[in-house]
Amino acid sequence: MPKTPRTVAPVGGIVAVSVPATPSRIRAHLQKRGNSSWADSGFRWLMLACALSIFAIVALIATELVTHSQLSLARFGLRFFVGRAWNPVQNDFGALPFIYGTLASSIVALVIAVPLAIGVAVFLTEMCPRALRGVLSFLTELLAAIPSVVYGLWAIFVLVPLLRNYVDPFLIRLLGWTGLFVLPDFGIGLFAAGVILAIMILPIISSLTREVMTAVPNSQREAVLALGATRWEMIRTGVLRNARIGIVGSVILGLGRALGETMAVTMVIGSSPTISKSLLAPAASMASVIANEFAEAADDTYRSALIEIGLALFIVTIVVNILARLLVWAVTRGAPPRTV
Amino acid sequence: MASRTNISKANRHWRWIANHLATGLAVLSTILVIAPLVAIFVYLLYKGASSLNWNFFTQLPAPVGEPGGGMVNAIIGSAVLLAVASLLGVPVGVAAGIYLSEFGRGGKLSNLVRFTADVLNGVPSIVMGIAVYSLIVLPEKSFSAFAGGVALGIMMVPTVTRTTEEMLLMVPNSIREAALGLGVPNWRSVLSITLRTASPGVITGCMLAFARVAGETAPLLFTAFGNPFSSVDLNRPIEALPLQIYLYAISPYDEWHRLAWAGALVLIVLIVVAVALVRFVTTRGVLKGAS
Amino acid sequence: MGVSIEVTGLNAWYGANHTLQDITLHIPANEATALIGPSGCGKSTFVRCLNRMHETNPIAKVTGDVKVGGMDIYSEISAVEVRRRIGMVFQRPNPFPTMSIYDNVASGLRLNGFRNRRVLDEVVERSLKHAALWDEVKDDLKKKSGASLSGGQQQRLCIARALAVDPEVLLMDEPASALDPVSTAKIEDLIFQLKSQYTIVIVTHNMQQAARVAERTGFFLNGKLVEFDTTHKIFTNPGDKRTEDYITGRFG
Repeated sequence: MPKTPRTVAPVGGIVAVSVPATPSRIRAHLQKRGNSSWADSGFRWLMLACALSIFAIVALIATELVTHSQLSLARFGLRFFVGRAWNPVQNDFGALPFIYGTLASSIVALVIAVPLAIGVAVFLTEMCPRALRGVLSFLTELLAAIPSVVYGLWAIFVLVPLLRNYVDPFLIRLLGWTGLFVLPDFGIGLFAAGVILAIMILPIISSLTREVMTAVPNSQREAVLALGATRWEMIRTGVLRNARIGIVGSVILGLGRALGETMAVTMVIGSSPTISKSLLAPAASMASVIANEFAEAADDTYRSALIEIGLALFIVTIVVNILARLLVWAVTRGAPPRTV
Repeated sequence: MASRTNISKANRHWRWIANHLATGLAVLSTILVIAPLVAIFVYLLYKGASSLNWNFFTQLPAPVGEPGGGMVNAIIGSAVLLAVASLLGVPVGVAAGIYLSEFGRGGKLSNLVRFTADVLNGVPSIVMGIAVYSLIVLPEKSFSAFAGGVALGIMMVPTVTRTTEEMLLMVPNSIREAALGLGVPNWRSVLSITLRTASPGVITGCMLAFARVAGETAPLLFTAFGNPFSSVDLNRPIEALPLQIYLYAISPYDEWHRLAWAGALVLIVLIVVAVALVRFVTTRGVLKGAS
Repeated sequence: MGVSIEVTGLNAWYGANHTLQDITLHIPANEATALIGPSGCGKSTFVRCLNRMHETNPIAKVTGDVKVGGMDIYSEISAVEVRRRIGMVFQRPNPFPTMSIYDNVASGLRLNGFRNRRVLDEVVERSLKHAALWDEVKDDLKKKSGASLSGGQQQRLCIARALAVDPEVLLMDEPASALDPVSTAKIEDLIFQLKSQYTIVIVTHNMQQAARVAERTGFFLNGKLVEFDTTHKIFTNPGDKRTEDYITGRFG
């Protein structure tokens, strides 16, 4: 190795290299390339147009739904949402049974999923060994990637028999007095729909909850621990309290998913446009009635009524999503990105 | 004095219990969440693998009551639908992602686009189905593969947009400067340098979107509709794997249930591979060396 | 052959920050000119104004005249054309990570639509020789990624890439600040060789480097050009008290 590189001969024969004839050719080529300003601005506009197309898609969905539900809107007005009749033969439609079915199954789902999701999030962010964390969060991500129809398939052949044979009898004995769990029990119904929905929305709630919990600065944890708190007290006062708005946001986001979830619910809810107090009774949700009846709705009013249900679902899910995103955003804004 | 120590002892005792109770509950809930996943996979593998054979990929569905048969029509149909969807959703989504990351960074408009994409992601797929039904099927007076592809394509856009944006943001600015410093036009620099550098991430993002819509059933119910025969005609109804799984799952025939499990296994394998790939690429240096 | 640069009344801003104030100077052709000064003095901004990279930042603004080879680069031609004629080497090596060594060097031409294979081969070889990298990489030009090289090699690769489009001026923004002493020496050797063919402007915070490679040196302080003269004069007999303070290490 040379002591001072400056004194040794320069590397690689730089000295010998002179400027041959080709450069002029390169310069000539580059000079006639022009400034491509039209290509640049054209490109920019094209990208902008594609970005704006996302607005266009939302607007298009909205206008299509509104125009094609006119018939039903004009005929039933707001009565549509409180009417209990669903009679295609007499062309009389009211959406209340489906609204009830959607709400009831979603509430069941939230009651089951929220505590579990928060438990998982707490475990993964605060307790879990690092090595296990990667595997577990991957598994919960997988849970989110399974198609609805596969959940439905599994629910029909595994979950429903399980509920009917083991869980429902237990619930009837334990909670029968509330009137929520009474015979007859077919296995399919609101409760089965709620359980499968819970399994489906769990990953969404838990991964978002994790995100807001990781956004809580470590100083908050340390401050509580320094006061001599146990780990649970630290999680409760240092983490959960600080992240609560974001957790509410993620729960609402899960609710948005549950409200619009179609296939799995359709496959286990029982498809009956009735309102019954018992969660074990068959029912129908807004999404499931569309899935079941839309293709065979030959009559214009019938189809229009179904599209109006779709419109209601669209509006509700949009509102719920906006609310949830704002809440989650309010908490994670400015926080460093989550490291897996 | 004595009573105070008693209280604090009881208090300490209670805190100890609460702490361990909470830990126990967190572990328990994790187990409860993982259990159905394991159950679903075990069942899928058990039921699906035992029903999966060569016929599944080569034969049309057998008439009711006859054994055997396959889902070749659904496999071809899904391929056609996903091709249409990708041709539509990927370019639009990637372009929108490019806008967000390369042109509108930090602007009000980009925030709004990003927000709208997230909200669009939350719109129920059945609603997408109705909208495309009124937009394409009603005027054409026919269910069609094209309508199904459009519905799926629209659903791909938000996911592709968001992942493309995230991946492009990971490309260091020095790379962009290097390209611009060479006098490369901006459009060329974005496509050949920035996008190319981020391409592993962008491609896996597209695969994730692809895998998601591959399993979608609801938007196809009244757009693609289903078709018991193999078809590649965009103007005619077409079968899809999830549609066929749904149809067979709610049927009363054991033979069909068997096929439904086999179809679900095929679908899941596709999706798990995509998700695993995405995770691999996003957590382990995609942009290795892009110092 | 290089061309001279004539800067008159140049002002630049980052947002509300007036980073360059009324700079006027003449950089002669086929010489190395060094710009020194404490960090944040505006020397980097100044070179970024010479090939219009400054304006790639949306909050940046610039006024004044810059004539390169007699042509006003802010009014007579577009930014893209300016950057083809005025190459730049950045502070940290930034090879394109997905490209091979060959593709990195050829990128400036290829991305500008130059397709002739034979000429490309020639240009790549010559540029790598110019950048004193040829002997180290000639065996796996197309096999190895540009990012797999060492830091010093990467920076020489970036120099080769800039030379491949045959610019008239080469701007170097602290090209050796991220490198070890041996690599730095190689880069300095290079500058010494290259200045017979190109006009070189090099920003450095290392005064010895300026003294070693440059004919002329400009001293920047707080966005102003305090003094511009031959390197010899600046380092032996500076005209301004502040320059003297800086080069004798009394502040900064």
